[in-house]
Amino acid sequence: MLLRELIRTIRTARTQAEEREMIQKECAAIRSSFREEDNTYRCRNVAKLLYMHMLGYPAHFGQLECLKLIASQKFTDKRIGYLGAMLLLDERQDVHLLMTNCIKNDLNHSTQYVQGLALCTLGCMGSSEMCRDLAGEVEKLLKTSNSYLRKKAALCAVHVIRKVPELMEMFLPATKNLLSEKNHGVLHTSVVLLTEMCERSPDMLAHFRKLVPQLVRILKNLIMSGYSPEHDVSGISDPFLQVRILRLLRILGKSDDDSSEAMNDILAQVATNTETSKNVGNAILYETVLTIMDIKSESGLRVLAINILGRFLLNNDKNIRYVALTSLLKTVQTDHNAVQRHRSTIVDCLKDLDVSIKRRAMELSFALVNGNNIRGMMKELLYFLDSCDPEFKADCASGVFLAAEKYGTDRQTSLHITPAGSYVRDDSVPNLIQLITNSVEMHAYTVQRLYKALLDDISQQPLVQVASWCTGEYGDLLVSGQCEEEEPIQVTEDEVLDVLEGLLVSNLSTPVTRGYSLTAIMKLSTRFSSVNRIKKVVLIYGSSIDVELQQRAVEYNALFKKYDHMRPALLERMPIMEKTAANGPTEIVQTNGETEANPNPNIAIITIHASNATEADMTDFVFQAAVPKTFQLQLLSPSSNVVPALNQGTVTQVIRVLNPQKVSLSFTNCLTYTLKGSPVQDLAEVNNFPPQSWQ
Amino acid sequence: MIKAILIFNNHGKPRLSKFYEHYSEDTEQQIIRETFHLVSKRDENVCNFLEGGMLIGGSDYRLIYRHYATLYFVFCVDSSESELGILDLIQVFVETLDKCFENVCELDLIFHVDKVHNILAEMVMGGMVLETNMNEIITQVDSQNKMEKSEQSP
Repeated sequence: MLLRELIRTIRTARTQAEEREMIQKECAAIRSSFREEDNTYRCRNVAKLLYMHMLGYPAHFGQLECLKLIASQKFTDKRIGYLGAMLLLDERQDVHLLMTNCIKNDLNHSTQYVQGLALCTLGCMGSSEMCRDLAGEVEKLLKTSNSYLRKKAALCAVHVIRKVPELMEMFLPATKNLLSEKNHGVLHTSVVLLTEMCERSPDMLAHFRKLVPQLVRILKNLIMSGYSPEHDVSGISDPFLQVRILRLLRILGKSDDDSSEAMNDILAQVATNTETSKNVGNAILYETVLTIMDIKSESGLRVLAINILGRFLLNNDKNIRYVALTSLLKTVQTDHNAVQRHRSTIVDCLKDLDVSIKRRAMELSFALVNGNNIRGMMKELLYFLDSCDPEFKADCASGVFLAAEKYGTDRQTSLHITPAGSYVRDDSVPNLIQLITNSVEMHAYTVQRLYKALLDDISQQPLVQVASWCTGEYGDLLVSGQCEEEEPIQVTEDEVLDVLEGLLVSNLSTPVTRGYSLTAIMKLSTRFSSVNRIKKVVLIYGSSIDVELQQRAVEYNALFKKYDHMRPALLERMPIMEKTAANGPTEIVQTNGETEANPNPNIAIITIHASNATEADMTDFVFQAAVPKTFQLQLLSPSSNVVPALNQGTVTQVIRVLNPQKVSLSFTNCLTYTLKGSPVQDLAEVNNFPPQSWQ
Repeated sequence: MIKAILIFNNHGKPRLSKFYEHYSEDTEQQIIRETFHLVSKRDENVCNFLEGGMLIGGSDYRLIYRHYATLYFVFCVDSSESELGILDLIQVFVETLDKCFENVCELDLIFHVDKVHNILAEMVMGGMVLETNMNEIITQVDSQNKMEKSEQSP
């Protein structure tokens, strides 16, 4: 049947299964037709095969048939044959080498369209061997006067150079008078060829610099010439060629004073004279701006360029705004001050409805934050964090932390961090705690904000963990109402303990969070006066089903009973922590850094909590640790060796380290697990244990 | 460089798929599905540029698309192409199709996908832009079609 009959038939299929059946039937028919070596219908069959291939069905049995079609004398056959070759074949199949001879003959064919087909196919999927064999033919065609073939030969040459860079020299002589062509198609592809050569070889680049005057002249003609109907697109003469030439000029002018000087005038002319009402004008203007920024242009021109970008930012057309933000992002490193001038417009783009624009604006905003504008920028960015889509929140929160760390003073850091805290990923919890600890003056304010957040919502686990940790540490500040930055809230010890106990029993709390709150309650025993209440809680959890909580409670109980004299020292304020470097790329282990009291003072008990934020479960999870010779290590069994995906649970494991010589505690750990079927191994060193753990 | 040119309809059915880099058949279909998924979510009044999906290359690649009635025209390009220029190129492509098929509609693309490939071959070659002049393209395509016709008559 004919191709269109096949298409019609397939369209009548109502289900995927029906379609598959029809296609299989047809494939069988085609296969037997191929076996019969039927010349008349081969062309039609391959066409049908290509259609089925587009829909996603296997078509590799047609590869050889494409070759037979290419070898045929008829143009119709060759056309489908070459198309099939481009769609079905690639250099990984040995079959494609058989094409080489056919292509060679066709490159010398008397009909230009056949030559064109051959050039097209070679330029699309020619392998390095084919290119090596046929480069000579391509070079010959590059010098022909037939503009149809010349432009195709130029692009084919680009492909050859990409596959076999050593052959670049060979095309050099042919490029001599490429630019004197009148035909725009040839001009266009020649510029592409020159661009490719310049990008690949600094020698070529130096050689072609002498073409700058010629390029400038061509560009000038395009702009100054009147209306030319053949090349006109929305009132501008061949914008595609203009953009190409501008790009080549950019490459030639980079880090070269003379060339840059030669282009200054024309760039200024294009920048001021181009109509900006349609997309084409803006495309040219945009390319001009990029060129100005890249070459050694004079400062007046640079300011003009950035101002054009600033105008783009205010344009109604979203596409223009998007490209403006993209290019500002590229130039912000080199022309920081100039871009700063447009900061308010950029920040406004954060409120745009378009996701792509918001992302660009966010990246650019973070690049613009510095010591002077951090207050204002943080306000905007935090507002953005609150209202943006979930896909942005993690990146934005990380950006906020980085900026706060780099440019914020202690006061400001905490002010910014607490609202952003609700969006942190699990792995940022230790970092956040560290930042809070280190901003000493802000403890009262921080604990107040976080406590209020706890009252509002206890479902966001990372936030709850940080908040309960803070409440445990600084609960005394909370109750005594010492906050300066905002109105101190009135809260009693009992209320605080109510909240923390609430976390312990809530269904929303993960085991990790429960651990945090139990420890927080324990810490408050040295800060609050209602010690009896705390003792009761700890006692109850001594028989908790959760092994982790049980162990903690039992040990805290022991602290009350036998080691009460040690309790204040053990539970005193955390010291300022050093920045950790232990988080490797997998980011799944959180070492709490906490240690619990235990009978033998030389033994440090460390609890590992492993959580998994990826989408698949991690199975066969094994944690191993190695310590220096002065230590002895005992690994107790882990709670499980499957770490559930998406933070749905944690694996806990207890390590007991005997450290009789009281040397600074450190160990190397090795994590192995299987994720999505493949084994993963990760090594890391942990050495930031607080001194209390080993002294 | 243009990595791929895809045309699919509002339901994700591919009407044309041309890849200028080699992928296995499965990957090609996955790319089509993923691209459709990304592009169909977009509102009508947002910009025409999208970061590429995971399969088709990552951060250097962008999807530039235009939505005409029931069809999406998507070009996947890397950073060496001008985004705004590609938008214009899509426009030229569609106008050329319109001239060749006389008020082109989706059915034309469905039943004459080989002709669409031929037109595209005169515009983009090896992932690079070959010819942008609509009349020039149409002239070439017409001559080649005439050649085919002359071979068929006797």
